[in-house]
Parts: sequence; structure tokens; C-alpha cells
Amino acid sequence: MHELSLMESLRDILEAEAVSQQFEAVQVVELTLGPFSHVEAEALRFCFDSVMRGSVAENAELRIQWQVAAAECPACGHRCSPQTRYDPCPACGAFGLRIESGDELMISHLEVTP
Amino acid sequence: MCGTCGCDQTARTAQTVNDISRLSPPRTEQRRLQVEINLMAQNDHWAALNRKRLDKAQCLALNLMSSPGSGKTTLLEKTLQALPGSFPVAVIEGDQQTEQDAERIRAAGAPAVQINTGKGCHLEAQRVSQALDQLLPAAPHLLFIENVGNLVCPAGFDLGEQRRVLLLSVTEGDDKPLKYPDIFARADLVLFTKTDLLPYVDFNRDRCLEFARRIRPGLPALSVSATRGDGLTEWLEWLGQPG
Ligand SMILES: Nc1nc2c(ncn2[C@@H]2O[C@H](COP(=O)(O)OP(=O)(O)OP(=O)(O)O)[C@@H](O)[C@H]2O)c(=O)[nH]1
Ligand SMILES: [Mg+2]
Ligand SMILES: [Zn+2]
Repeated sequence: MHELSLMESLRDILEAEAVSQQFEAVQVVELTLGPFSHVEAEALRFCFDSVMRGSVAENAELRIQWQVAAAECPACGHRCSPQTRYDPCPACGAFGLRIESGDELMISHLEVTP
Repeated sequence: MCGTCGCDQTARTAQTVNDISRLSPPRTEQRRLQVEINLMAQNDHWAALNRKRLDKAQCLALNLMSSPGSGKTTLLEKTLQALPGSFPVAVIEGDQQTEQDAERIRAAGAPAVQINTGKGCHLEAQRVSQALDQLLPAAPHLLFIENVGNLVCPAGFDLGEQRRVLLLSVTEGDDKPLKYPDIFARADLVLFTKTDLLPYVDFNRDRCLEFARRIRPGLPALSVSATRGDGLTEWLEWLGQPG
């Protein structure tokens, strides 16, 4: 359950942003996650509500956007969006795709009230 | 006061923005902020600091990851026995509970710091930094960080180590790379352990490595039996410490 520690980091970041960006409460938190970010959306939601209690994001809504991965085949140069870390190249069948992105764990947007 | 629920929890924040509150838009107005903040930023920050400290101390740090009970502590005990007594080694032990693994390491002759993660399922860089405060003054050349037994979560948390070693005991099955790809994706070595048990289990090393190399092309592999001593020489060579 490392979702718990991720949500604790999120809370600390939001508390710091509240000071630096000068807002009082967070209404919406949007996360962008990659398919290889090894988190479970349901586990995140579960932890989010309890961890945010008593913080600037108490009762905030959590929105999750899944990013698609990007990779390049070292054998034929084909570019693709693999679903797993071990997908073969859809063009030539070679393994060992060079994965360029897909493990994002980003806060992308906040909706805040002053 | 908190605008959402009326609790006084945000009083501290409200105070810090007091000066600009007269300039701010009305309370009800919702702003949308575009941010780009990595949730791992805090851990990555501590990991980078750890790496810097380790490099400066010329200490090679290895993050040992595996499922529970694959033989991490036993391998470390045997490794410590095989290294020359004067060779300065230190160990960080991560477990949810108990001091037992650190005590085993101390009994084998090396300084050890136990980190208990409680509910946490992996080590994080900030806790490792605190352990370094205790261990680095003795100037170890080699630091083993035994992560919490878990094939999932440790994968996502950089500790500042220079190398990651993934242990997989032959009793766990040769399908593990495909089931737990994230932890294989950043490993620098896969170490098949408990090879003395191979006669009793259906474990195909070639098949397992083929799966692992789909995820991590060229991943180096070694085999050991800590109880019988097989493969320890190659392991010590990999560590750069011919025993
Ligand atoms: N047959 C055999 N058993 C082993 C070997 N290495 C370890 N074991 C046994 O496996 C069990 C677990 O070993 P540990 O070294 O405690 O494993 P660990 O990975 O440190 O366990 P956690 O820290 O709890 O995750 C013990 O009963 C060991 O005696 C080996 O090479 N062969
Ligand atoms: Mg152990
Ligand atoms: Zn291809």
C-alpha cells in the first residue's frame, strides 16, 4: 500500500502550494498517471479521502487521468504505446522496447478557492 | 476558517495569505491552476542527496529487493563472513516490524541500522538518509540496503543507491518477471537464490531470464545457494570484492 505514502506526499505538496500560490482550499486535484506508475486508482481514492482530512484539500475531489506510454523499438524504430513493460514491438515482434514515458505520477491541475 | 467545511484547520494558511486577502477575488471564485508537480519529488530529492553523500564517501550502496523470505539476510550473513574482517561494510535493514534482521547482521560482524516502516511496504529515501547519519562516520566502502520484502512497492522508490539487486528464490516460480515487471525494469542484477532447492521445484532458469530480459534487455544474472555456498565467489566478484 504505497498509495498511502503517495497521498501523504500529495497532502504535504498541497499545503506548501497553498502558501506559495496563496489559496485557502483545494476543491479539485487532478493527477496524471502513467500505466507503469504502479498505483491502483481505487487504492488512491481510498487513501485520498482519509489523508486529506483536516488539510487544505479536505473534501476535495480527486480526478485521475491516465496517460498512454510512449516507446520506440530498438530493432526497427517503430513508435508505439505499449500496455505493459514487456510488450513486443507491434511492427516487428522484437522485445526490449525502449520505454520513454509511462511512469508519470504528476499533479497536473488544481482547482482552488481563495 | 476553511471555506469548504467550516473547520478551523486552515487558520494557519489563512493567516499567511492575510496580507493579500484584500486583493484576492471573492471567496466563492474558484481558480484553476495548472501545475506540474511530480508526486515523487520529495523522495527523489532525498535520494539525490543520499547519492551525493555516498559518492563523496566513496561508498558503493546496493539496494537489495525481493519478496519476503527469498534469502536476503542469509546472503548478507554469508557475504559478511566471506569478506576480509578488516573490510568496512555497513547494512541498513528494512522491515515493517522487529529488529531481528539487524541483530543477525551485527552477530555476523557488521554495523547495522534497522528501519521499521510500520505499515509502510517499502523503504523511502528520507529514512535511509537518517540511517546514513549513523553509518557513514565509520567510512564503510560497501553499504547493503535490505529493502522490505515486497516485489511491488520498492520498485518505485529511489533510495540513492548506485545499484539495484533483485533476488528471486527458485521456489517462487519462473513466471515472476512477467507478473511483477516494474521491479525488474530497473534492476542491475538478478540473483537466483536457494539453488540447492532446484531438485525439488520446477524452476526453469532460462525461461525466467528470457522473461526478465524482455523487460530489461541484457540484465545480468547470477545464481547462489547461501546455505551451501554455491555461487558466492561470483557474487563477491560482481561486488568487486574477490573473496
Ligand atoms: N534451502 C535454502 N534456504 C535458504 C537459503 N537462503 C535462505 N534460506 C532460508 O529462507 C528463509 C528466509 O531467509 P531470510 O534470509 O531470512 O530471508 P529474507 O529475504 O531476509 O526475509 P525477509 O527479510 O523477511 O524478507 C530462512 O528460513 C532461511 O534459512 C538457501 O540458500 N537455501
Ligand atoms: Mg531479511
Ligand atoms: Zn520493431
